[in-house]
Amino acid sequence: MIALMKRDLQLALRSGGGFGLSLAFFLIVVMFVPFGVGPESGVLARIAPGILWIGALLSCLLSLDRIFQLDYEDGSLDLLTTAPLPMEGIVAMKALAHWLTTGLPLTLAAPVLGFLLSLPSQGYLWIFLSLAVGTPALSFLGTFGAAITVGLKRGGLLLSLLVLPLYIPTLIFGAQSVTLVVEGQSNTSAFLILAAISLFTFALIPFAAARALRVNLR
Amino acid sequence: MELKVSNLGCRRGELRVLAGVCFTAGSGTALILRGPNGSGKTTLLRTLAGLAPPDEGVVDVPPDSIAYAGHSDGIKAQLTVAENLRFWADVFGHDSIEDALDMFGLRPLADRQAQHLSAGQKRRLGLSRLLVTGRSIWLLDEPTVSLDTDSVAIFGRMVGGHLEQGGIAILATHIDLGLDGAETLDISRFRATGDDHANPFLDEGFADWGDA
Repeated sequence: MIALMKRDLQLALRSGGGFGLSLAFFLIVVMFVPFGVGPESGVLARIAPGILWIGALLSCLLSLDRIFQLDYEDGSLDLLTTAPLPMEGIVAMKALAHWLTTGLPLTLAAPVLGFLLSLPSQGYLWIFLSLAVGTPALSFLGTFGAAITVGLKRGGLLLSLLVLPLYIPTLIFGAQSVTLVVEGQSNTSAFLILAAISLFTFALIPFAAARALRVNLR
Repeated sequence: MELKVSNLGCRRGELRVLAGVCFTAGSGTALILRGPNGSGKTTLLRTLAGLAPPDEGVVDVPPDSIAYAGHSDGIKAQLTVAENLRFWADVFGHDSIEDALDMFGLRPLADRQAQHLSAGQKRRLGLSRLLVTGRSIWLLDEPTVSLDTDSVAIFGRMVGGHLEQGGIAILATHIDLGLDGAETLDISRFRATGDDHANPFLDEGFADWGDA
């Protein structure tokens, strides 16, 4: 399984792997907001947590269809299925590799972009923490969507439609756990629910996605 | 070591392709599947490999004994030949890729990215993967496609060597590989007949529409 993770990271980092694409997209989305809503720092500061979260969510979506589609097309998925790895383990490794190449860079970039949106200073730590805790859930939920749509031509669009509604709870509690701090309130409950959503997806998604993959490979 | 198939029925999607397939393959035997295009060779191999559940009947194989090689080789274009083999060796818990590199003369290509390989070279890489699986039952779907005559001969020797070590090979191929004692199974006689549809759920509902 370590080998699978290593290969996925290697593939993402080589040319054409799409690493950096999500990050660049995130950068652009966030930088466009001041152009759209104007440069007043009061307005920007208020919407910054939400913008950063929506930006992260959309960037994450961008690379989801690669999780299984490429392996499906070149036959690796068939071969992996007959390998001595449990399907659930394959799914979990793929989701983790997706997070390491997408969610993690977004998390690291978010505080810097928060500065561009004049995010109040007490929000920096929490935008980092909330993304660090919340983006794994985005990767895992997305992996489930990718498993359902694997093998479909132009499945990427359907994938987005399937996955976006599932992202709503993560988005709400992720953005809230920053907004509340910025407004000077306690964010404990929002942050804990966010963590709970992530843990919930770690526990269930590998089984659900493995099931979906087996059906799709028939 | 024995692969035993009794009364197996296979589906491809909704379509019933094969029914009542029975055969047994013991250690050291090669079974060559014959049949016209669309007769269900690939479907049978995928069912044996466990990629598709059998429609009926039983496939009796020891656990973790099957290595499947389909139409696609599962090669990552951005990785080198050695990296591709290394990955599968790691997945299957095999230490060395040296034998696999030597078998098809891939050593000079070891550091080349797989996207710069020719079709035949890719196929050779795909087939050498079998050696790093350490599995005893090989299921091979049209293994000789895009191989030149020399490589076909090497492949024949590789399968022969595998059989000598007590392995089993089931091949869908139309080429004579010169395997000693290979049995041939013509699967067109197992063609499923009659009711083609998997799911009778709506069929009954629409049954009398013809009269209306």
